[in-house]
Amino acid sequence: MLVLFRRFPTLHLLFLQTTSACPYTSRTMKLLTHNMLTSKAIKGVQEGYPLRVKAETVEIRESEFNKDFLVRLLPKIHYDALYAAAKDAGHLDELPGTLPEDAASSEEFLKKLHHALLEVEVITGELICPESGRSFPVQNGIPNMLLKPEEIG
Amino acid sequence: MSSRGRPEHQAPPDLFYDDNEARKYTSNSRMINIQLQLAERAIELLQLPRDVPCYLLDLGCGSGLSGESLTSAGHYWVGLDISPSMLEVAVEREIDGDLLRNDLGEGLPFRPGSFDGAISISALQWLCNADKKEHVPSKRLFKFFSTLYACLSRGSRAVFQFYPENSAQVELITQQSMRAGFIGGLVVDYPNSARAKKMFLVLSTGGVNPTLPKALQGSGEERTGARDRSSSRPGVPVKNSKDWIQAKKERRRRQGKDTRPDSKYTARKRRDRF
Repeated sequence: MLVLFRRFPTLHLLFLQTTSACPYTSRTMKLLTHNMLTSKAIKGVQEGYPLRVKAETVEIRESEFNKDFLVRLLPKIHYDALYAAAKDAGHLDELPGTLPEDAASSEEFLKKLHHALLEVEVITGELICPESGRSFPVQNGIPNMLLKPEEIG
Repeated sequence: MSSRGRPEHQAPPDLFYDDNEARKYTSNSRMINIQLQLAERAIELLQLPRDVPCYLLDLGCGSGLSGESLTSAGHYWVGLDISPSMLEVAVEREIDGDLLRNDLGEGLPFRPGSFDGAISISALQWLCNADKKEHVPSKRLFKFFSTLYACLSRGSRAVFQFYPENSAQVELITQQSMRAGFIGGLVVDYPNSARAKKMFLVLSTGGVNPTLPKALQGSGEERTGARDRSSSRPGVPVKNSKDWIQAKKERRRRQGKDTRPDSKYTARKRRDRF
């Protein structure tokens, strides 16, 4: 290997490129992030919430269940938006249609919430503004929220 | 960076941080170390409640180095950056936070009260530049700060480490942040060391504990810079104190006047029998 590098000094560059082209498993857009996202930065859009999820590829990635975090998060979550997003992503996975009254104390519900918020990840697809219909592409798990100059209010 | 001048003068951030530049953040251990140290100090300045997992923002997250510090502190985070190459590196590094591609100057695309705090490492100075003809730095900064103010919960903090080019930039940034409703000010770590000196803008949305944290001091020398808005006379040292004398000498040096160099005897009292 060393000899190879010495003889072809640019070989390591090749290696670099091949590694970056590898299909990396990535941590990507969770529905928790979606739950916070709006498109109100667009000129003329009043609320821009919730963004509609048009998912092409969705991955499930297990993550550690953290009850404290979920309980803290509960009042911030827009539950209807989460429900709709999970449905659009095709991973409703027994999530109840309405927020149960004992949400903060029910471990069973919190586990389902954890799954929907932190384990369902959109890899490719689109987020669509409910008012203007503007679509934000999601690629490699990264939503592109950049606006055109004429869209900035 | 230092050998080629300031990066924000060379190209806009989305072009400057190309594949080549982004690669440095996975291979250059010196750069990685600096970033990690800054991130850890920023988290310290956030003064989050102990052992509570928080939901945070990393503004200008780049390759997710600062985010890793957030993860190891037990927090959840969302990172924003404008450079696709840097984000790609972040994805490769398998960081735990979520990523968004966004221009901070266009405002943050979040619902009100979503986050418990924000950190930003070496990103703010980029907003002081007009990279496109429609860019007005003061407007973009205001948009950024006002949308940030909205998406943070009350009583939370935002800590920005940044490299201002001159005092006018510091003024511009603090002015726009105050206009947006934030309270707070600058914390300058190691103000007397040219190399170790680091500026942090510590902002708070008000509420619980709006006092400013203390700056770190190198070799027990003077303490300037840390402006505490809650005190009666912010940033003014007590007359005849060492701080006061050194501030005065510094002022004279800036004015180009003949000033004795600082030594261990500076501001010491003379012995009685002189």
